[in-house]
Amino acid sequence: MFKNVYNWIDERLDITPIWRDVADHEVPEHVNPAHHFSAFVYCFGGLTFFITVIQILSGMFLTMYYVPDIINAYNSVEYLQTQVAFGQIVRGMHHWGASLVIVMMFLHTLRVFFTGSYKAPREMNWVVGMLIFFVMIGLGLTGYLLPWDNKAYFATKVTLEIANSVPVLGPVIKELLQGGTLVGAETLTRFFAIHVFFLPAVLLILLVGHFIMIRRQGISGPL
Amino acid sequence: MSNQHEEHESSHKPPVRKEMSRRQFLTYTLGGATAFMAAGVALPMVRFAVDPILQKKGEGAFVKVAEISKITSEPQEFSFELKQQDGWYLSTSNLTAWIRKDESGKIYALSPICKHLGCTVGWNNDKNFPDEYHCPCHGAHYTKEGKQLAVAPKPLDEYKVMLKDDWVYLGEIIPNTIVK
Repeated sequence: MFKNVYNWIDERLDITPIWRDVADHEVPEHVNPAHHFSAFVYCFGGLTFFITVIQILSGMFLTMYYVPDIINAYNSVEYLQTQVAFGQIVRGMHHWGASLVIVMMFLHTLRVFFTGSYKAPREMNWVVGMLIFFVMIGLGLTGYLLPWDNKAYFATKVTLEIANSVPVLGPVIKELLQGGTLVGAETLTRFFAIHVFFLPAVLLILLVGHFIMIRRQGISGPL
Repeated sequence: MSNQHEEHESSHKPPVRKEMSRRQFLTYTLGGATAFMAAGVALPMVRFAVDPILQKKGEGAFVKVAEISKITSEPQEFSFELKQQDGWYLSTSNLTAWIRKDESGKIYALSPICKHLGCTVGWNNDKNFPDEYHCPCHGAHYTKEGKQLAVAPKPLDEYKVMLKDDWVYLGEIIPNTIVK
């Protein structure tokens, strides 16, 4: 049945070359854990992406219950965590995934560094990877405030003090991030917007660039 | 497996034993494992999202509204407050009911929400429709049992009534049971 549906569409739109181009490619022996078990280090990039997908999905579902408002934010998080079926699991995915994505990304970066994969002709991909790193850190930072509990509030105060310590521009950056002179209602909505719309958009663009480049240039050779 | 393939095989060994090619087996295995993992990720989220329709609807609590001795055969308007839990938000909504007792002394309460488009009806509020509920929006009007006479497709809804210790308690809104 699926085959018939697929063929019907394929006859009209010729979709086979599209997914072949994406999915059908050789995995070199030196990055295949079936050949050399130590090649599992080449999985960290893919695992980072896998967790990123889970983060995006669980985040989308969390916004069904979450409100970015200083009066309701904490209550809505408590409600979805304790009253809604699987709320603990879905929020747990987002909470633990946030840490795990940083860990995986760090391991991926170490692998690229120690295999020298950042060298010519792949320097641009290293730079894009670093930008992804900063975006991820930004996502972690802005997401941390959203539950609007004591930990979130004081952690954000500290982070904004760090921003404040930048020479010359510090106070301006701090006030811009804060959306005012104190950590409050406007900080929360601002962080929510950045966390849910701005940074994910930037992240997806960077990821597309990252993947196009690695497909163009291929995985770096064996050591 | 294509037909061509089957024909080729049957020419070699007549007893028909459907063999699965290695490629097909691996495809199924890989597809199955992928589907299992995807379901593990997706199912909690889907269950999370559909939770509102699966949550038990709370039994509507009864609210003390009026003293039984004050109820007459003429409908009277009583307002009362209903506390409602809306997710994480607790609010009170102000409701009104038109309460009367019929000839046999049975007490019932009608909801003033017009069954046409949801405006609020009033008792005896239009001199063209004496002793009727009348809706100012589109002219729907009802008898004192709530029976619709024009415009509206259904009779006025009722509140569940409970009588206890000389007081009338009202519960959830149900379709009219007095008029057929």
